[in-house]
Amino acid sequence: MKTISVEEIENTVADLCKQANLRLPPDVVARIRQAGKEELSPVGREVLDQILENAQRASDTGVSLCQDGGVTIVFAEIGQDVHIVGGSFEEAVNAGIQKGYQSAHLRGSILDSPFHGKNTGFNAPGVIHTKLTMGDDLRIRVMPKGGGADNMSQLKMLVPAAGVEGIRTFVLDVVEQAGPNACPPLIVGVGIGGTFDSVAQLAKHALLRAVGEPNPDAEIAKFEAELLTDINKLGIGPMGLGGTTTAIAVHVETHPLHMASLPVAVNLQCHSARVQTAVL
Amino acid sequence: MNHWKLTLPAKKQAFAQLRAGDRVLLSGTFITARDEAHQRLYDLALEGKPWPIDVAGELIYYVGPSPGFGAFAVGAAGPTTSSRMDSFTPLMLERGAAATMGKGYRGPQVKDAMLRHGAVYFVAIGGVGALLGSRIVRREVIAYEDLGPEAIARVWVEEFPAFVAFDVLGNDIYAQQDEWRQTKSKG
Repeated sequence: MKTISVEEIENTVADLCKQANLRLPPDVVARIRQAGKEELSPVGREVLDQILENAQRASDTGVSLCQDGGVTIVFAEIGQDVHIVGGSFEEAVNAGIQKGYQSAHLRGSILDSPFHGKNTGFNAPGVIHTKLTMGDDLRIRVMPKGGGADNMSQLKMLVPAAGVEGIRTFVLDVVEQAGPNACPPLIVGVGIGGTFDSVAQLAKHALLRAVGEPNPDAEIAKFEAELLTDINKLGIGPMGLGGTTTAIAVHVETHPLHMASLPVAVNLQCHSARVQTAVL
Repeated sequence: MNHWKLTLPAKKQAFAQLRAGDRVLLSGTFITARDEAHQRLYDLALEGKPWPIDVAGELIYYVGPSPGFGAFAVGAAGPTTSSRMDSFTPLMLERGAAATMGKGYRGPQVKDAMLRHGAVYFVAIGGVGALLGSRIVRREVIAYEDLGPEAIARVWVEEFPAFVAFDVLGNDIYAQQDEWRQTKSKG
């Protein structure tokens, strides 16, 4: 049994929010740098250069990578032997988001309601996903998810007869329709299986994987590689200005499913693919 | 493809020489406004009421910057998706706005209005907010302060990098995608 206070959770989330918004993770930087060497369009290369320059500038100055700190998505894996004391976990996470966004001078992008909502001013509340795990660790991952890319994401309940080709067509359609709006080069998160509600979460969860790390299942990994090749033939290019780098990775996650269903969700992540992790 | 240095606001003739795909470095001043600010101006126009700002001759940049701090006039200040402003843009151009700037495609009604009014559309690179924000040296809110980052502001810029996306002849930068496309578009 490990005891963790809500203050510790709040401070950890605050720090993760700040770090996530100021630092482009090294796996993303490395993949963008690589893409810069492979991109055939000069305009595309210039866009990729600006992305790298921006990452450097954000890290040097403390100005956030993007003005859109997004919806703060918090994935928490809570060990069964963790005892959280001193208050509510959810309130602590939201207090951490507020503290982190305010102390790092980040924009508040969250309205308190879809109906004539007012900006809460400090980007809370976030969207919190919790999962129980074995052991006594509390693992917290923070992903600021920009509005532009989330807006272009889609979910479809395919018929099983659509099969792998149906999934491929749908993923390509989503990327094509997103065009420049999702801020390519993208990481494309694909969830397949489960149910209407769970498949979207699967797609989002796929974005947490280290960029370009293949699915451990060889067949799925092959499908990921094929999709990446197909997407990069669309011509959309960095920021939609034309080129051969439309995505830097495709991550597919699957779940067992009803024999009558084939749910597919495509969650797009912009090039500002921000994630930070802490373990308490 | 040309490189231009433009000082804003500029006469429409200065925009007429630009071609889609050209790179520009913008200096001088322009106006920032996005979703809610456009909605309010649009509503005022419908009610026949005067506007709190004059857009004649101005470039309107679709941005909601993160707050400035220390020596920074603004924090990150990259473009937002322009198409959300499409339904309001013809009215802005009718009232004399010379150019708009954001990211992404524009709809046919906006392109028609641009051609009619001799206006152009620029795109800046989305998600490079720290870089673009560093080119904004001063920001003054000129209307709707209650909107916070969405307030209408005048900004002073030095060598703000952008691309010409739609020119007065109707050329569109996004047509460049076709040059790199190796698969057939699905119907």
